[in-house]
Amino acid sequence: MTTLTSQAASARRAQEQRAARAEHQTSRAERWRRRGPLLPALLFTIVVTQIPFLVTIWYSLHSRNLLRPDSDLFVGFANYGDIVGDSTFRGAAVNSVVITLGCVLVAMALGIVLALLLDRPFRGRGVARTLLITPFLIMPVASSVLWSMAMLNPTYGLFNWTLGLVGIDPVDWTSTYPIVAILMALVWQWTPFMMLLVLAGLQAQPKDVIEAASVDGAGPWRTFTWITMPHLRRYVELGVLLGIIYVVNTFDQIYLMTAGGPGTASANLPFYIYQRAFLGFDVGQAAAMGVVVVIATIFVAMAALRLIFRSFDVKERS
Amino acid sequence: MTTTAPAPTSSRPAAPGGARRRRPRTAGTLLTALTWILALGFFFPVAWMAMTAFKQESQASSNPPTFFFEPTLDQFRAVVGESGTYVANSLIATGFSTLLVLLLGIPAAYALSIRPVEKVGDVLFFFISTKMLPVVAVIVPIYVIAGQLKVLDNIWTLVVLYTAMNLPIAVWMMRSFLQEVPAEVLEAASVDGAGLLRTMRSVLLPMVAPGIAATALICVIFAWNEFFFALNLTASQAATVPLFIVSTMTSEGLFLARLCAAALLASLPVILAGWIAQKQLVRGLSMGAIK
Repeated sequence: MTTLTSQAASARRAQEQRAARAEHQTSRAERWRRRGPLLPALLFTIVVTQIPFLVTIWYSLHSRNLLRPDSDLFVGFANYGDIVGDSTFRGAAVNSVVITLGCVLVAMALGIVLALLLDRPFRGRGVARTLLITPFLIMPVASSVLWSMAMLNPTYGLFNWTLGLVGIDPVDWTSTYPIVAILMALVWQWTPFMMLLVLAGLQAQPKDVIEAASVDGAGPWRTFTWITMPHLRRYVELGVLLGIIYVVNTFDQIYLMTAGGPGTASANLPFYIYQRAFLGFDVGQAAAMGVVVVIATIFVAMAALRLIFRSFDVKERS
Repeated sequence: MTTTAPAPTSSRPAAPGGARRRRPRTAGTLLTALTWILALGFFFPVAWMAMTAFKQESQASSNPPTFFFEPTLDQFRAVVGESGTYVANSLIATGFSTLLVLLLGIPAAYALSIRPVEKVGDVLFFFISTKMLPVVAVIVPIYVIAGQLKVLDNIWTLVVLYTAMNLPIAVWMMRSFLQEVPAEVLEAASVDGAGLLRTMRSVLLPMVAPGIAATALICVIFAWNEFFFALNLTASQAATVPLFIVSTMTSEGLFLARLCAAALLASLPVILAGWIAQKQLVRGLSMGAIK
């Protein structure tokens, strides 16, 4: 066994050395031929995503108002100084964290339960699965409207009517508990996403290991905690991180369900920056906030990227 | 699927019969019932939206809710009559951006898998990192630049932005599909004297066609549903379907039934595509990580 692996390893090493030598020998022309197909996509992405961001940094150092285009004035880091003292910005940052983590964690918990339930054989499983993924396929604008009006409206919403059946007084959800209302719509939308990832994980589980465990006398609970859970970990991590990346930019639900209100009680950072830029026309401020958000995102993104790279098993192929 | 639930019963013959034997059965039935309750619960808001779309306005916003009514197509007729421009814009934005994404993304994925450039990891890292850049951080310059180029309220602005938005996902996905093509197949083709273009067209493309379909599906979903750019960069000329829903909402008074009809019709293409291509959906959402 050991000799076999060491043999394989030395063979692989030899192969790598050969590949490295080949790499070294590839001519300049060949390298550019290889780069050719990549360049259009790379240039396009750089132009469309990076240049605007550089402009954002430039704006953030200026006092600039969309209504007065000639008001451009270099102010250094004054915009950033204002952010430090801006309690609304801090509130929006807290809301961003609460909404993102709340949505992702609750959706993941529900998603795991649903995936485990769907991983059992029963009649009509395909139909149940199809019904369950539907919330994720609804246009976010449509689902925001559906939740804020048809479900949570204080006078004719179905949710209050249902609560009324068990004797609970009607609640004006979007103005009394705006974040809860937003989370309802978001969790409803994202649970199927988590469920699909976890379900894919469950179905990729090697069957022989499960059988071996049951032969060895492990009950369903022990099999679950010792075999299934460690196996699922990768899928859960991936789901949480992809979820965070998508949900942190939530805008549609907030814009349509609460408009960030009452006041700014339920504004997250994307919504607050939008407000400053397009309703307050304060470009410099909005740009500085954007830069702060990007810096904060980089820390989360680094962790996320490392993990994604591990899950994707990015290998260089020669 | 293997039958995991009944297995313990048969593998534990020592268990004293009767109650012990019957329990997994009952538990199974209960779990199945629970699954159905949850599935219907999650689907219920969609069903309610669909039901409301067939109501008259007075029935739609009644308290208590109206469960039995004579269905009408009035709302759909109204919605279809008013939404023409919006639908056309959405089709252009979605169709052309997806096409562009594939045209740019497939060669890029090729250069990151089959005949790789140096530093593949760094390039992939760059692409995915642009997905993490919050859109709000770039919307202001995009708005100002688009204003200066006189392309505000122009559907092609959205085409360009949606292409940039989906390109990283497409590169990652297409790469994961191209990685699966065995190197021997391509070598064999080149030994047989097939040139690069011929190899691409008659060997590579047919093999990754399902991958291209999955990638296109994801791009279509994201572009069709996109709201933030459309809200900020369009007005009357280039507004897309999500903005039609919003306009239904804010025009005088409240039309819940009409709103539901619009929401249902707007979501229908993606719902149907997602139902049909469930497997590709998982792979696409995980950007190719989950096979």
